[in-house]
Amino acid sequence: MSTKDLRPGRSLNVSRRTLLQAGAGLIGGSVLPASMSSSAWAEDHAAIGTYPAGSSGSSVFIGISVPRTGTYAVQGEDELKGYQLAIEHINSGHDLIKKISPKTSKGVLGKELKFGVADSAAKPNEAVQAQQRFISENKAVMITGGTSSAVAVALNKLAQREKVIFVCGISGSNDTTGKDCVRYGFRQNFFGQTAAAAIAPVMIKEFGKNKKAAYLTPDYTYGHTVTKSMQDFLAQAGWTTVTNQVSPLGAPDYSSYLLNVANSGADVLINVNWGHDAVLSTQQAKQFGVLDKMKLVVPYQVPFIARETGGLMQGVYAATDYWWTIEDKYPLAKMFNEAFEKKYGYKPEWGAENAYVSFAHWARMVEAAGSFYPPDVIKAYEKGETVPSLVGDVHYRAEDHQAVRPVIIVRGKLEKEMKNKEDYYDVVEIVPGEGLMQKPDAFGCHPGDYT
Amino acid sequence: MINWPNFVSQLFNGLALGALLALISSGLTIIYGTLGVLNLAHGAMFMIGGYAGYLTYSYTGSFVLAVIGGSLFVMLLGIAMERIIIRHFYHRPHEDQLLVTFGLGICFVEIIRLAFGSQSQMVPPPAMLQGITSLGFLFYPTYRLAVVGIVAVALGGLFLVLYRTRLGMIVRAGIEDSVMVDSLGINVYRVFMIVFGIGAMAAGFAGIVNAPVVSLTPGVGDDILVQTFVVVVIGGVGSFPGAILGGLIAGEIISITSMFNPGYAYVMLFVAMTLVLVLRPHGLLGTQGRE
Repeated sequence: MSTKDLRPGRSLNVSRRTLLQAGAGLIGGSVLPASMSSSAWAEDHAAIGTYPAGSSGSSVFIGISVPRTGTYAVQGEDELKGYQLAIEHINSGHDLIKKISPKTSKGVLGKELKFGVADSAAKPNEAVQAQQRFISENKAVMITGGTSSAVAVALNKLAQREKVIFVCGISGSNDTTGKDCVRYGFRQNFFGQTAAAAIAPVMIKEFGKNKKAAYLTPDYTYGHTVTKSMQDFLAQAGWTTVTNQVSPLGAPDYSSYLLNVANSGADVLINVNWGHDAVLSTQQAKQFGVLDKMKLVVPYQVPFIARETGGLMQGVYAATDYWWTIEDKYPLAKMFNEAFEKKYGYKPEWGAENAYVSFAHWARMVEAAGSFYPPDVIKAYEKGETVPSLVGDVHYRAEDHQAVRPVIIVRGKLEKEMKNKEDYYDVVEIVPGEGLMQKPDAFGCHPGDYT
Repeated sequence: MINWPNFVSQLFNGLALGALLALISSGLTIIYGTLGVLNLAHGAMFMIGGYAGYLTYSYTGSFVLAVIGGSLFVMLLGIAMERIIIRHFYHRPHEDQLLVTFGLGICFVEIIRLAFGSQSQMVPPPAMLQGITSLGFLFYPTYRLAVVGIVAVALGGLFLVLYRTRLGMIVRAGIEDSVMVDSLGINVYRVFMIVFGIGAMAAGFAGIVNAPVVSLTPGVGDDILVQTFVVVVIGGVGSFPGAILGGLIAGEIISITSMFNPGYAYVMLFVAMTLVLVLRPHGLLGTQGRE
């Protein structure tokens, strides 16, 4: 019995779950009567992807894949809640959606949104399998979800091949809208490059120049590109890397990596791990006394890490997409927080925010295009018009389909500073997105064809 | 980062990691050796031990009671599992055994996820074992040091049961030739039940003892299961000393490799397993012909 035999079996678990969930969606999505009024568009364009089949009825189907098991499960559930709230708001014509997508009345182009959810377990093959099924069986007009850049890159490729738009969930790798970018993929959230560009100056100001940094890096595209961006920006102030501890996703123990860090003589520990990996490695860093020897920085903030590490984020700097206390400055954030908390009973973190906003942007672009015909929707994004988000106005770049949006720098509050139990961070700075972006072709983006 | 202090630190850390792997693997290897059933729910038993202990801890505030509660619960669960389900699979093909234990593992993980959610739960170590201890050549978390001792005692206990009791003699005989043991008039099925209980308890015990080190999530057993299999393959299927040797080797491989190139720590573990499979297919301390 080799361990390799375990793998096919492991996928059995997820297939079973996804099958059930897909089945439920199928029942909801496919038995509805076709609308007579909507078939007109089909005549304007040749069939492409799931168009016009997916949008010829009175409803359209969205395929959602998020990790509900594995290392990123907690973040995946939060993300899913964001999608569910967005769909509910779109179907009911909620005021918040109308602020982001003014043409929305109920549904998208008057069609109700139905959706199916699959557990990706943050594994590319699981996500691709599930989304392929949503595309071929449910005629999904859009696929979405994420929390792993490996998944995002794989779904980018699926979207381009199937000619179905992919609205990326959480993905921090430079490659997602860099060398692995596609015409059919769009990303709203911040990523390695913008995170590093935003947090490096804060770190240099706080800790000084010529410091020694140790990195904990997860061994896939997200980890490698975020670490590389951090190294590049910090090197400009004379910072050096004394050790880079690369670990597999879901490592059960970090002791050997942390001993290397403890013996490295670093001044600052930059923890690029994410999800439960970040929680575990941070907790174990404390156990090994590493956090007493050096400062911790989390360049790509992990939703719920402050809740799960029991005080270890106090005083720690992190870059993030969203933190709920910015509601004082952004009225749409306040509306979102209130709606989310009312439904789910806690303050949303950035997984939910990114899910909601990126979904709302897609709805807006479809309304602007006046059709579900994918090339028209893509061109609506590529106009690069200014669109509202929960962190102010943003726009998508035509060249790489990356949203230009601010990055928020937070610092973990001390317990005595917290005004309520979810008041984990101080917002130190909201850094405008424009100055953080690399040139569109800097990471080798060639998006491919429309048809 | 290759220097002497770090090398000695990693050598020691490998021992600590290996001790825990040895304990979990010994449960798996005893069950497989005696019953011929490869228990793919073993990782889930490890996880449940942690959660049962966590629950006990939240009600009593006592870590000792948590360890007892976690271990006993998983032992009872193991016995129930054997009586209700596993015993019907002794004479069925290995594929069926794999599927049923794998399925049970999924059920256990999802039940725990339903009850506790995916967010991690913390079980703090006892107050006297918190903090860091200086060993001269390295600073090491006190509780992890204690784990080495606790696991050594537990393995010693298992050794006594296996090598110094009548039950242990029957178990060892059963590993070599269960048909012969059966024809000697010994009720093998009662022994099977007890063995399954003890094997499960080893995993449950390891689960709660390890809980303060890792913080609990429903998936905590999945990651460890793969390593446990590697340990059993390296050490030799069905061999208790093999599980200990395999555990220590695996721990050292992970620690020492990480010093040279952390990205290869787990790769090297599989390289070692492959080498063992090629050069000594029945494992370092396994006996040829054992299932």
